[in-house]
Amino acid sequence: MTMNASVLKALQTHIDQPIAETPFEPRFDALSRYPDWYVWAGYKAAHSLGDVEAEYTALRNAAGVFDVTPMNKYRITGADAERFLNYLTVRDVRKLAVDRVHYTCWCNDFGHVIDDGTLFRLGADDFRLCCQDKQYDWLTDAAFGFEVAIEEETHHVAGLALQGPTSCRILKNMGFIGVEQLKPFQIARYSLGEGTVTVSRTGFTGDLGYELWVENGLALPLWDQLFEAGALHGIRAVGYQALNQCRIEAAFIVPNADFMTASHVLRPDRARLPDEIGLDWLVDPDKPNFNGKRAILSAQAKGTAKHVLVGLEIEGNVPAEGAIIYHRQKREAGIVTAGIWSPTAKRNIALASLDRPFGTTVTEDLWAEIYALCEGRYHKLMKRVKIVPRPFLKLDRRTTTPPADF
Amino acid sequence: MRLKTYDAIIVGGGHNGLVTACYLQKAGLDVLVVEKNDWVGGAAVSRSLTPGFLYSNCSYVCSLFRPEIMRDLELPKHGLQVLPYEGGAVLTRDGDYLANYREHYPHQREIARFSKKDAEAYDRYARDVTRQCRFIQPLLMRTAPDPFSFKPRDIQELLFLARKFGEMSAHDLAQTIRFWTMSISDFLDEYFETDVLKAFLAISGIIGTALGPKSPGTAYVLLHHYMGEVDGSVGAWGFARGGMGAISKALAASFQASGGTIRTGADVQQVLTRQGRACGVVLANGEEIRGKMVVSNADVKRTFLKLVAPSDLPDRFLNRVRNFKMRGSSGKVNIALDSLPDFPALPANSPCTKGDLHFTDSIERMERAYDDWKAERWSADPMIDLMIPTRIDPTMAPPGKHFMSCFTQYCPPKVEGRDWTDQDRDAFAESVISQIAAYSPGFRDRIIHMEVRTPRELEAEVGLTEGNIFQGELTFDQILFNRPVPGYAQYRSPIEGLYICGSSTHPGGGVMGAPGRNAAAEILRDLKLSPKEMSAAHDVL
Repeated sequence: MTMNASVLKALQTHIDQPIAETPFEPRFDALSRYPDWYVWAGYKAAHSLGDVEAEYTALRNAAGVFDVTPMNKYRITGADAERFLNYLTVRDVRKLAVDRVHYTCWCNDFGHVIDDGTLFRLGADDFRLCCQDKQYDWLTDAAFGFEVAIEEETHHVAGLALQGPTSCRILKNMGFIGVEQLKPFQIARYSLGEGTVTVSRTGFTGDLGYELWVENGLALPLWDQLFEAGALHGIRAVGYQALNQCRIEAAFIVPNADFMTASHVLRPDRARLPDEIGLDWLVDPDKPNFNGKRAILSAQAKGTAKHVLVGLEIEGNVPAEGAIIYHRQKREAGIVTAGIWSPTAKRNIALASLDRPFGTTVTEDLWAEIYALCEGRYHKLMKRVKIVPRPFLKLDRRTTTPPADF
Repeated sequence: MRLKTYDAIIVGGGHNGLVTACYLQKAGLDVLVVEKNDWVGGAAVSRSLTPGFLYSNCSYVCSLFRPEIMRDLELPKHGLQVLPYEGGAVLTRDGDYLANYREHYPHQREIARFSKKDAEAYDRYARDVTRQCRFIQPLLMRTAPDPFSFKPRDIQELLFLARKFGEMSAHDLAQTIRFWTMSISDFLDEYFETDVLKAFLAISGIIGTALGPKSPGTAYVLLHHYMGEVDGSVGAWGFARGGMGAISKALAASFQASGGTIRTGADVQQVLTRQGRACGVVLANGEEIRGKMVVSNADVKRTFLKLVAPSDLPDRFLNRVRNFKMRGSSGKVNIALDSLPDFPALPANSPCTKGDLHFTDSIERMERAYDDWKAERWSADPMIDLMIPTRIDPTMAPPGKHFMSCFTQYCPPKVEGRDWTDQDRDAFAESVISQIAAYSPGFRDRIIHMEVRTPRELEAEVGLTEGNIFQGELTFDQILFNRPVPGYAQYRSPIEGLYICGSSTHPGGGVMGAPGRNAAAEILRDLKLSPKEMSAAHDVL
């Protein structure tokens, strides 16, 4: 057998373990009181650990810890890294300072969104792109002609999101001196044992929160120290259901839920321009050429965008996920892509994709048709909806620096 | 004694002939199926050639067979069950393999062993091929429009086609045209860098086709193998439980249950015509059977060059039939094994052997195999599509023993200009056995019985001209309104009352049943009968 073949043999773990586990899996497994797992990007992930309400409450009242390891992570380095990422994404990367993060998206030639994600500038020529979908194929193709190296780090770098009002206090307990001075979207590094934790003041909850990034080998020491530091500050492991409630309150969108990514849609009309999913604010028309620019700007100039993402407040308290939106209770106007009763805002909220002009010039007399399945029967409800500003929940502590101490 | 006159005589009891027969009988016609063999099924049969074993000795896997037909004709009630593949693999010369897993993430990780980029590109590839499938699927169960006709229905069907094109952006339209005309090798190069992955995917582009992976038009052939489904899983393949004969058996049972008549061992020599109208058939023994119409399930060459007098047909039509490409390109080795073969390269407990296995690990080797065909030789290093259905199906061999089906390409209809001999046939079989044995130690010792079929056997025994499994190649020049002959793509022929319903017609070969169903729809339309028992084609949402 050649050398190459023996390397290939070593990569066969998927035969015995079809679903990968993150380095934090033993801790989640130990804390899980109820088997409620799902598969996220090929990894075993927790929907909840047994008590969604308590997990949500931890995120808004104390601190919740969510495993973001399955998020796809790409390291982009080299002399052309900034120029390449400026060509790839719609936002101006030249304005992204070292040790800062920005939220962005990237598009295909037709201006349709391929994915959204966070771009970390770790050095002048050193970036990390975190996103939902696999992008190695797209990134390496798009890098033609640029002097950049692209490395996938998904399986080597572990990540935890620590979110909630006591999160800063917990990091201070970890000995992360000065962490309270971190502004939103800022990055700092702290040593942990032999290695380094990269801390960014980022998250998916619209709350005070941080994301902690380490090499896989440091994952469990990080977890253990974090939980020790948080013991008196309500730290709690959380699953996706609790996080999902927070992100809906914050009106953050999820690819392949609130919009379909251009690289996955079978039906070409399902792809979306940034302007159709509420990401128009990211697009910088003044920066140098970026992929999809012409199509996006031309759609803006001609007003050809067909859809619009809106935040809705819905009468009553029945969550409207999946509901069809009607104009005058008759004409179909769109669909609710995510909806919950917001425990913190005490409102029935939803993200919806509407067909223009509904949601743009026609904003009155909109209704949601909700089918509530109760004990074997549908209650068919027609509820009035109101377009409201996003986010549904605006927390001062998300941006206050330094955060309140506990 | 007055001769009985059937409402319709179906020449050939292949799966399409039986499908047509079923629909016509259900519509109230008195239908007779005449079949030259002592069994029905044509190329979809399960044959017991050695005690205890059933061979799917011609077609061997199932995906394309339309679920609408299974349902209309109540085939499950008559025993049809389709068992999806659980895996698959290409074994490589360096002792490794590329597996095909059904689960998305393990499959992605399997490809990532070779190339991370290819692992992700696979999703893009699958999306693009699926998009093409979604375009073509709604055309399967419709009669192709005749672009030269101004009948309202043809214009309506042309508009349907135009509308489907109209739904596409200029970019998608260009992609579609490229896809229909390019080679599978070029198409795969646009996505992948790994040889073995490309070789694995290219197989669907050449099966049953006398073209190599670098020949233009082979990308469309791939599509033809992806547009099937197993219970809604588009592109999936499976085994018919009890072998492919289970499909024909269920069709025959359904046909007989609705009152139809089957005569086996009845070889039609001629289609009788009177005043330019088909009125019956003459069997090899001289017996005449009368029918108000004749529907031929035989391929277009056999039908019009052998069963009908040339003087009854227009000259240009005959010319087109003679030039319809129906070149034999494959052979088949069916093997009874006394134990499960061992493939040391494959990991223990892997589901790989519960699907298709291959040994051709590069496009280059596949193209070389085709070079041999061009020189009218069987491939020295053939491409084998190897299945062991008994890994899943317990009904085809005694416990612990196995049936192995080896579809093999390339195999020319003639050997260096002369007819096949028994010696050639054995040497062809040896090229297959020795390739398998190179990856499976002790393989030869497990063989209990073997049936070898070259194009010679496929033509003589099944009736497929040149042994072409699709009754005509599935290249762009031979599909839709050009299949089999422009102006005669609607299951009718220049002879009134003579129809064709086999794979030579739209939408072509594979055990699909759609040609048979579409032919029945046209016949019923001519009879001004409404096809009540024919449900609408399933929606493509």
